[in-house]
Amino acid sequence: MNSDNTRLQPQDLQRFAEVQRLAYRCAETVAAQLQPGMTERDAATRMQAFFDAEGVDDCFHRPFAWFGDRTAFRGLIGVRALGGFNPAFYPGLRRLETGMPFILDCAPSVRGYTADIGYCGVIGENKLLDKLMDDLLEYRLLIVSMAKQRRPLAEISRAVDRLCARHGYEPRHKAYPFETLAHRVETLPDDGKAGHFSIARFGLRNVTELARDALQGRREGWSPIWNSGARSEHPPTPGLWAVEPHLGFRGVGAKWEELLVVTEDDAFWLDDDVPHVRRWQQRGLWPADAADTNRKAA
Amino acid sequence: MNDMTRIPSDGVQLAIRQWGEHNTVTLLLVHGYPDCSHVWDAVAERLSAEFHVVAYDVRGAGASSAPQAVADYDLDHLIADMGAVIDTVSPGKPVHLIGHDWGSIQSWEAVTTERLRGRIASYTSISGPCLDHAGYWILNRLRSAAPSELAQLVRQAMHSWYIGAFQLPGAAPALWKLGLDQLWPKMLERLEGIEATASATQTRDGVNGIKLYRANMRQRLFHPSERRTDIPVQLIVPTQDRFVTTDVLDELPNWVERLWRFDVAAGHWLQLSHPDWAAERIADFVGFVESGKEAARLQRARVRGPRKRDSGKLVVVTGAGSGIGREMLLAFAERGADVVAVDIDTQAAERSVELARLLDANAFAYTVDVGDARAMEALAADIEQSLGTPDIVVNNAGIGMAGAFLDTSVQDWQQLLHVNLWGVIHGSRLFARQMVDRGNGGVIVNVASGLAYTPTRALPAYATSKAAVRMLSDCLRAELHDARVRVVSVCPGIIDTGITDAVRFVGTDAAEQDRRRAKARALYQRRNLKPQAVARAVLDAIDHHRDEVAVGVEAKAGRWMSRLLPGALQRLARLDVAH
Repeated sequence: MNSDNTRLQPQDLQRFAEVQRLAYRCAETVAAQLQPGMTERDAATRMQAFFDAEGVDDCFHRPFAWFGDRTAFRGLIGVRALGGFNPAFYPGLRRLETGMPFILDCAPSVRGYTADIGYCGVIGENKLLDKLMDDLLEYRLLIVSMAKQRRPLAEISRAVDRLCARHGYEPRHKAYPFETLAHRVETLPDDGKAGHFSIARFGLRNVTELARDALQGRREGWSPIWNSGARSEHPPTPGLWAVEPHLGFRGVGAKWEELLVVTEDDAFWLDDDVPHVRRWQQRGLWPADAADTNRKAA
Repeated sequence: MNDMTRIPSDGVQLAIRQWGEHNTVTLLLVHGYPDCSHVWDAVAERLSAEFHVVAYDVRGAGASSAPQAVADYDLDHLIADMGAVIDTVSPGKPVHLIGHDWGSIQSWEAVTTERLRGRIASYTSISGPCLDHAGYWILNRLRSAAPSELAQLVRQAMHSWYIGAFQLPGAAPALWKLGLDQLWPKMLERLEGIEATASATQTRDGVNGIKLYRANMRQRLFHPSERRTDIPVQLIVPTQDRFVTTDVLDELPNWVERLWRFDVAAGHWLQLSHPDWAAERIADFVGFVESGKEAARLQRARVRGPRKRDSGKLVVVTGAGSGIGREMLLAFAERGADVVAVDIDTQAAERSVELARLLDANAFAYTVDVGDARAMEALAADIEQSLGTPDIVVNNAGIGMAGAFLDTSVQDWQQLLHVNLWGVIHGSRLFARQMVDRGNGGVIVNVASGLAYTPTRALPAYATSKAAVRMLSDCLRAELHDARVRVVSVCPGIIDTGITDAVRFVGTDAAEQDRRRAKARALYQRRNLKPQAVARAVLDAIDHHRDEVAVGVEAKAGRWMSRLLPGALQRLARLDVAH
């Protein structure tokens, strides 16, 4: 947690929001190109090509794509040994079929500003996916309202677990490394370079920031990884959090991921103009009183 | 009543018997082999109060005349006979057709030919597939050559050996003449458990009827034609039929637009063994086709998608709003069963139903306190009335309670036993009664616990309630054995269901209770054994006829230790693991 990050300026948030929109534009563009027969690697390659063309110079992680029951993290991909670092995570050769759910997950950085998003869809129809995507709304409302009340992160995470149990879904984000419901995203220095290293598809600079946060957090009693564990028993730390509830039901998984802004006395979603919110609005699910999840008036 | 008349048809004389008022809806009953129209007597009597019931002797059988040539027994002639009967008994109005065995085979022909179009309002088929459908079924399996499909062929062939034997010249007729006719009622009694009286025409029925096989089987099975119908068809499937397997019927939705299906644990001669039940199904279906009002029971029986393992079964699960109960409900839903979610929490039950419907199941939610005798009686009556007798009941609802025996108040005991024991007692007694009365078997699954094997000072009340559930199940299993109602007890180990959030720790204050809950939750999460594991184990126990199933290594170990090392187990019980 860099000291300047605790006081994110409006122009910083503006830049983060721009990258997040770029990331969602990438997911929507590639999703529109997906055809039955394409592999996860095809989708990931297309996302990367999109970013290369848009001047993306770094990433938190290179694009991921999951098709079919891999969206629910079933089978090998769900193995949680080694803290969940699992090669089955990476885009594979699974081919897309009609009616098969897919998830695209990408995290580009542009000149030091990083986004991390998740987008799901299907070619044709999948009523299980529709239901999961509808129900994901409750998680977005729950997380921000509890974060506003500055409830401990672990408590929010357990509330998410309980909501999953009530819905009858499995919290599949628990198959991510460290059972991550969310992780911090820091501002990187803008060094003007056109490209940066990544190791095992994770951006070196972003992961280093996360590791540095972890070290600092261990001394100060907080964690850059937000899950149900004891290390997350602290109020939300100011800064940006990429929140990614991922639900699974039978062979279908669905998620969204977006940046939550936490300040000393408030929490709000960086941007409401994201595809899943537009979808809820179109389906008449968006609550009339959603305003109370927004940023407090200055 | 049923004075016999004879009518001419295509060179033969057909004997017709009729029951009931003639100016009402007409039902036509067609018998099979080696029977005559008397096989329908019990059912016809029951239906005669409401309908004009007609049964006739097929050519060659009973009091009808018998042509000599095999060719005169082909399906074209049989259909011509049926047309002549319909024109005689119901000249102005279509009839409702009910066929059994060969009567069913002919009736398939009748509902799929142009010749009788408009003359048949509905069709109820019992134990006799369409030969052309069977022909396609065989072809499909030979073409696919998948081992599982070829195995189905072999299975069917083993049940149909007599069809081949009937093609042998001389053999089968000789058997009938050499005394099989005398033995027949005894054989029915021994093999099928049916009391039958020797029929005066048994030899004749047996000998002539063989020509039905000889005239039709080869042609239809090996050169089938596509036969479809838009007439509503009710399929009644006796699952213990020795002569017809049910696999062939699973492809019926390809041929029949409007199909209802009832599976019943009965043998081949359903109209003799279960006349009340058969009459009820026929009356319901005919009533629906005449009035357009589809009762819930029929709605359940309507065939929508491809057939699954538990299609048509009714499964009731208590405590289905969460944890193991919800997973069981969904597991049965995935296998095609119609599921009833019972829970004290209405919203939770409705949510489970919503999920089951996402899995394409018919699903219904009920809110009830399982320990409340009156409420459970009302529930059982309501389910029986509107949906039918359940095939499987899972008594799963339960609550947790920990803490020393000396800290457990009378009220604590009452609260725990109310759900954990009385809930199982009510669920078992009410639904077992229904299952026994129906005479169709069934399964009662009682969810006990691994603690039924393992004494512990940490959870004395809970372990006692679960041991009681296990013993109740063992006793009930013995009592219900003859009624073919199976009782399965399930003893899960440490299952991560969220039960820890609701466990009461008696003799503690709120803060201490929270601390212990958190500790228990951590243990359950570390163990990470999911309710799905229990659901899988229960399905496995049902499929493989196991009486008791322990889920998780801790439950299995407890079970073995209780048998082999009870002394060690008793010493281990002194550990207070909940602290």
